[in-house]
Amino acid sequence: MSAPTIETRSMTIAEALREAIREEMRRDERVFCIGEDIGIPGGFGGAFTVTLGLAEEFGRDRVLDTPISEAGIAGAAVGAALAGMRPIADVQYADFLFCAMDQLVNMAAKMRYMSGGRLSVPMVMRAPCGATTRAAQHGQSPESFFIHVPGLKVACPSTAYDAKGLLKTAIRDDNPVLLFEHKLLYGSKGMRAEKGALSPVGEVPVAEYTVPFGQAAVRREGCDVTIVAKLLMVYRALAAAKRLAEEGISCEVIDPRTLVPFDVETVAHSVRKTERLVIVDECPRTGGWAGEVAAEIQEKAFGCLDAPIVRVTAPDTPVPFAPVMERYYVPDEDDIVRGVREVLRWR
Amino acid sequence: MELRSRDDMVRMYRQMQRIRQFEEKVNQLFLEGRMPGTLHLYVGQEACAVGVCEALQPDDWITSTHRPHGHAIAKGVSLNSMMAELFAKTTGCCGGYGGSMHVGDPDVGSLTAIAIVGGSIPVASGMALGFKMRRTDQVVACFMGDGAVNEGAFHEGVNMAAIWDLPVVFVCENNRYGASTPVEQVVRLEKLSERAKGYGIPGITVDGMDVLAVHDAVAAAVERARFGGGPTFVECETYRYVGHSRTDTRGYRSREEEQEWKLRDPIPRLAAHLRDLGEATEDELRAIADEVAAELGEALRFAEDSPSPAPEDCLRNVFAEEVALR
Repeated sequence: MSAPTIETRSMTIAEALREAIREEMRRDERVFCIGEDIGIPGGFGGAFTVTLGLAEEFGRDRVLDTPISEAGIAGAAVGAALAGMRPIADVQYADFLFCAMDQLVNMAAKMRYMSGGRLSVPMVMRAPCGATTRAAQHGQSPESFFIHVPGLKVACPSTAYDAKGLLKTAIRDDNPVLLFEHKLLYGSKGMRAEKGALSPVGEVPVAEYTVPFGQAAVRREGCDVTIVAKLLMVYRALAAAKRLAEEGISCEVIDPRTLVPFDVETVAHSVRKTERLVIVDECPRTGGWAGEVAAEIQEKAFGCLDAPIVRVTAPDTPVPFAPVMERYYVPDEDDIVRGVREVLRWR
Repeated sequence: MELRSRDDMVRMYRQMQRIRQFEEKVNQLFLEGRMPGTLHLYVGQEACAVGVCEALQPDDWITSTHRPHGHAIAKGVSLNSMMAELFAKTTGCCGGYGGSMHVGDPDVGSLTAIAIVGGSIPVASGMALGFKMRRTDQVVACFMGDGAVNEGAFHEGVNMAAIWDLPVVFVCENNRYGASTPVEQVVRLEKLSERAKGYGIPGITVDGMDVLAVHDAVAAAVERARFGGGPTFVECETYRYVGHSRTDTRGYRSREEEQEWKLRDPIPRLAAHLRDLGEATEDELRAIADEVAAELGEALRFAEDSPSPAPEDCLRNVFAEEVALR
């Protein structure tokens, strides 16, 4: 019996996100976009072109341009969600989420709980993250802040397939969801193209699909070391794994796809096989997601570990500007290879 | 002032009595150590909540603050579910998850109160945006204190409502103090309603100790909001007779100042108005107060007889679906 052929098209993450929004806005009139510079005629379609062309199809009432007011955007999304809508809010850079922190942490995340389960806040907050020579206030990866907030879900797509499927799931979810999109993975074109971007192009099915939350993807199978990485770091981990394979070291690379909920079982299962774990993260080291994964795995699979878990992360500094410093700051293939060698020292 | 029916005015009187008596009762229960938590009482400000909510339809919404009891009662949250919430019982309007600072009931258009000063303002604008997009004709009344006008959230939320003509009425209860800080020390304006000019919307100041004056002003603002005219900022000049919270002994203001404000108490004021018009006798008004006292006694019994949540219930209601949390 042969597997049925699935008809697909190649697209970038920016295109996949746009298609997810377009399909959901067609499917459900409660869905709308709200953010800065997202629908202005002659504008950019959001900072990274994701909403380009949507205002033409859906009108500017459903692709709603706002003042530069991130707390207002987040609060308006919370309120609209409480009033029965399904907003997709947009900040131009994930760094600006800090301007909206009160609305996200005290309102979006807690209205359901404080009401004893009587209220729902079905909203999506999209946020471009990652260091891209924009320095300390336009290059952060603040995902770790949000996994610490009960009531928020956090998704981190690294492929076009996941970007579309996870965003559709996020829009249909009855909880507030933060979607972190890496600036070097968008594949934005024209004026908004990113220097040094990886811009992975992936196959996306023509037919309707969603990607469920809480299911990690094994990007590469291996038996010597498990590497867990998200967003841009998935690609760097895969490059490191490829290089190590030439030396006969077999790495399994796992992409969690969502940080909350987190598929700890897939990672634990892999670690039971490899007995070694390296976690790669562009977030700063202290109090970060990598440390959280390490804690989970040592609780779940301590007996299987043959080596201390190694974190390969950004250092505890702001994001630097000078390209030479930024390259040092963001974990790269060499850093990951070193991390893998470190866990292999314990025989 | 528009003509009102006797029934309207008597209902406002009863609502103010319900808030006043509820607050006095829960204060006593707190002092007796029978309730957990903290308490921000609304005593003195009853005309604001009642004047506003009487101008709203049942399917209109209010957003509230850390001092929410009066707003919730005025919008129709039952005394039973209010009292049970303060007693941290499962029958409370938040099931024991919220407490005094988060009372509200979505079934009567009273949003679970937001206790971050100014935090509810962008949310209120967002709700109004949602209603406008859905073309439901619903209006949101957003309560805030004088302290909220200095929060950044005030600026962002009011501005968005203004530029999009959202159906929201911003009701600022200026009770003269942000905790212990006098308002004139933190705002340069004569009237807080002058802030409205900066957003290109109407701003008015009314006597917040006169329920009929509040009602008149807000009814006009609600009408304007409902028919696409956009938001209005209504400042109600009022006074809280009690401290900011349960430990506040009010050392920052004089007893004389308090007495002056109490001479303007909204409840005897409406009672006198009703008697002067021959719409109600002293006996009828006393009967209302007695009925409210009986209702409150029933609410107290209901709260005390209700079950407490199980400790592990704290793991529920984090997400829409039940998730195994630890």
